[in-house]
Amino acid sequence: MKARVHVTLKHGVLDPQGKAIAGALGSLGFAGVEDVRQGKFLELELTETDAAKAREQVKAMCEKLLANTVIENYTIELQ
Amino acid sequence: MKAAVVVFPGSNRERDVALALKRASYTTPAYVWHGDSELPAGTDLVVLPGGFSYGDYLRCGAMAALSPVMRAVKEHAARGGHVIGICNGFQILAEAGLVPGVLMRNASLRFVCRDVHLRVEATNSAYTAGYQPGQVIRVPVAHAEGNYFADDEVLKRLEGEGRVAFRYCTEDGDVVPEASPNGAINNIAGVFNEGRNVLGMMPHPENMTEAVVGGTDGAILFDSLAKALA
Repeated sequence: MKARVHVTLKHGVLDPQGKAIAGALGSLGFAGVEDVRQGKFLELELTETDAAKAREQVKAMCEKLLANTVIENYTIELQ
Repeated sequence: MKAAVVVFPGSNRERDVALALKRASYTTPAYVWHGDSELPAGTDLVVLPGGFSYGDYLRCGAMAALSPVMRAVKEHAARGGHVIGICNGFQILAEAGLVPGVLMRNASLRFVCRDVHLRVEATNSAYTAGYQPGQVIRVPVAHAEGNYFADDEVLKRLEGEGRVAFRYCTEDGDVVPEASPNGAINNIAGVFNEGRNVLGMMPHPENMTEAVVGGTDGAILFDSLAKALA
C-alpha cells in the first residue's frame, strides 16, 4: 500500500518561501497568483494492506516525525 | 562543572563550545557521540552545539531530536540537570519538545552570519546570573532557520513567566523588528523551559569569549554556569 503525505504550514504561520515564489511567478509574467503556500510531499511504501491500520501508522509517523504540528498540518492519502 | 558536549553527524561548533567551557571551568568537557545511550556519570551540563546535524534533513534538528543520546538528555533535563542548545542545538531542543516553539526559515530567506546585539531579559538562571538585567551584549549569529515562532498561548506563558532569556535589540537596547536578523516573534533569541534548567538560543556566545576575537560578552554565560554548577 502506498501512502501520500502532504505537509503544509498552518494558516496564520508566515511562509516567506511561498511569498518569494509568488513574487517570482509575478516577475515571470504569471498574473493573478494571489498567494502561494509551500509545503512538503512524501510518498511512503507500506507493507500493511489494511487501510485503517495503515492510516493509523502513518498518522503516528506524522505526529512523531514527518510534521512539526506546532506550525504544520498534514493530510494522508492511501492508494 | 562536568560538561558533556553532544556530537551529531554534522555538528561543527563542538570544539568552540568546548574551549569556552574549558576557559570558564578549567575542566575539559567530554564529547558524547549521538549514538551513545548514556551520558558520562556525574554530568552537570549537556551542550547541544551548533552545526547542521543530519544535513538539516526534513526539518532542522528533527533527526537529531530522535538520536539515542537524546533519551538520556531528556532524562537529565527531567531530573533538573542543565542543558543548553545553541543554534542547531536550539532547533534540536525545540524539535525534542524540551523548550517550546519552533525555529522557522529566516524571514529574509537568507543565511545570516554577523554580530547581533541582545538584551538580557532574565538573570534568574544558571546561564544568565552573571549579566545585569537589561544588559546589552554583542554576540554572533550564523543561521538560516532562526525565526522563532510559538502560538499565542505559548507566547503568553513564556512572556508571563519571564522565560525569554534574550531578545534581539539595537546597540542601544531598543527591541525593534529591524534589530532582529531573522524575523523571530517578539525578537526572541533564547528561551528557557519551565524549570529554567534548559536554555535554547540561536546566537553563539561561545564565539565571543576572547578579546582577541572581538569581545568577551559570551564568556559571562559560561562563567555563570561554571559558578552555578561548581
